[in-house]
Amino acid sequence: MTKPLLEVEDLRVRFHLRTGIVEAVRGVSFQLGRERLGIVGESGSGKSQTGRAILGLTPPPGEVTAGKLTFDGIDLLTASKRTLRTLRGGRISMVMQDPKYSLNPVMTIGEQIIEAYQAHAKASRAEARDKALAMLEAVKMRDPGRVFALYPHEVSGGMGQRAMIAMMLVTDPDLLIADEPTSALDVTVQMEVLRILDELVAERGMSLIFVSHDLKLVSSFCDRVLVMYAGRVVEELEAKHLRQAKHAYTQGLMQCLPTLANDIRPLPVLNRDPSWAQ
Amino acid sequence: MLDIQNLQVVFGTGRLRVDAVKNVSFQVERGASYGLVGESGSGKSTVLRAICGLAPISDGRVSVEGKEVTTPRDQAFYRTVQMVFQDPYASLHPRHTVDRTLSEPLAIHGEKDAEARIVQALREVGLGPSFRFRYPHQLSGGQRQRIAIARALILRPKVLLLDEPTSALDASVQAEVLNLLDELRQKMGLTYILVSHDLAVVAHLCERLLVMRHGEGVEETTAAALRSGKASDSYTRSLIQASSGFSRDGQKTSPALAV
Repeated sequence: MTKPLLEVEDLRVRFHLRTGIVEAVRGVSFQLGRERLGIVGESGSGKSQTGRAILGLTPPPGEVTAGKLTFDGIDLLTASKRTLRTLRGGRISMVMQDPKYSLNPVMTIGEQIIEAYQAHAKASRAEARDKALAMLEAVKMRDPGRVFALYPHEVSGGMGQRAMIAMMLVTDPDLLIADEPTSALDVTVQMEVLRILDELVAERGMSLIFVSHDLKLVSSFCDRVLVMYAGRVVEELEAKHLRQAKHAYTQGLMQCLPTLANDIRPLPVLNRDPSWAQ
Repeated sequence: MLDIQNLQVVFGTGRLRVDAVKNVSFQVERGASYGLVGESGSGKSTVLRAICGLAPISDGRVSVEGKEVTTPRDQAFYRTVQMVFQDPYASLHPRHTVDRTLSEPLAIHGEKDAEARIVQALREVGLGPSFRFRYPHQLSGGQRQRIAIARALILRPKVLLLDEPTSALDASVQAEVLNLLDELRQKMGLTYILVSHDLAVVAHLCERLLVMRHGEGVEETTAAALRSGKASDSYTRSLIQASSGFSRDGQKTSPALAV
């Protein structure tokens, strides 16, 4: 096997608060090749902080330590801010949860995509504009020219999220981190956005880290799944083998969802075992 | 118990006019549970808000126990109908203790014996008396939603309007709240109207449901039909398909959705 694109070893994220130290991520290790990796967990499990730490986006007063954190041979922990800036948005990019909060409200969508492109590629404005329009078309906007000139508040949630994906993919990154990219969207729109994301990832041979709370969605979308609980990876498994999950937490998470297929009541509830957090 | 006839809700006039709900009709029998499903903007929450007086009834009739509701709603109405909101982080007063939150409806309706009723209401939703003097920030999401349910139930209403009661909660907490709602309905003989975007949640809690889209009722169906995958409307079918997870088997977005 070729060298993995991203290597994470014993990643820890700590927050020094007035009330003491909170460890949000406690020793996460994984390797990522050209694949789709899902990270699943409930709120507070540290899944989003894992994604953010890779990009160096841990908010203060957070502190990141790791045995090893390398991207394509570059050590992300010791790299200069300048190197990090060229990586962020250039070779690694991130799609956030809610397009309402993560797009700039006072810039048109087209301008934002151009800005993202010109920050990483030497290109004339005309070139950048063509690239932005092509990207909007790639995310299946029906009228790219019109969407280009719109402000974020003028588009729907699904369109906003597609614009965000367009912006993140315009630089042809090697790794895309998607943090709950579809949680703010309606189910049917969700599928559409996922389908677009899936096509683009396959087409460009990107690696994808998909962070989500939705076990069912992740297992149907990704190749491999990490299940996190209280800042640790409790189980790692092939998405297609999710049904044979060993850990009680993974099993509990799957069973407590109501399904259309069978009618179980009362629903099994999750009995949290303190030993899971050890 | 509840009869909605040709309900219309219109916001704004002229160029700003929005028809949020157009001609929606349904009936709910006593002790039944009725679901409203749809995407955001389909008007499902507005129907609930119109029933309890938070949105105007522009046309049509809403009757509770055979009597048409008055605007503004009278006290007797709120003794019969209460509502639980989506986000327990936003629907509880952050600077009121649980005790104060629960005593307010009792004070408004001039109920006596508040203390005993509060302790009992807490017990009904599975919380101990130790929760009585806590503030919302000292509670988890699931506990907050239990408090919101206790507040709605403390006046012994007959109808509970549930607006996405579990969508802000984690999957494991959602299961607990759904079980609680199921249990309370059986014990107290409550009538529910549940609004949700999650077909599985609606099918779990309701017997009958209405699929809504763009402010109109698309199809009225039963949970049993939903479970067996029977749906006459293409939009309902696409919702069922979307709820079964992502599939790579190249089927394009169904034409019903490409609007």
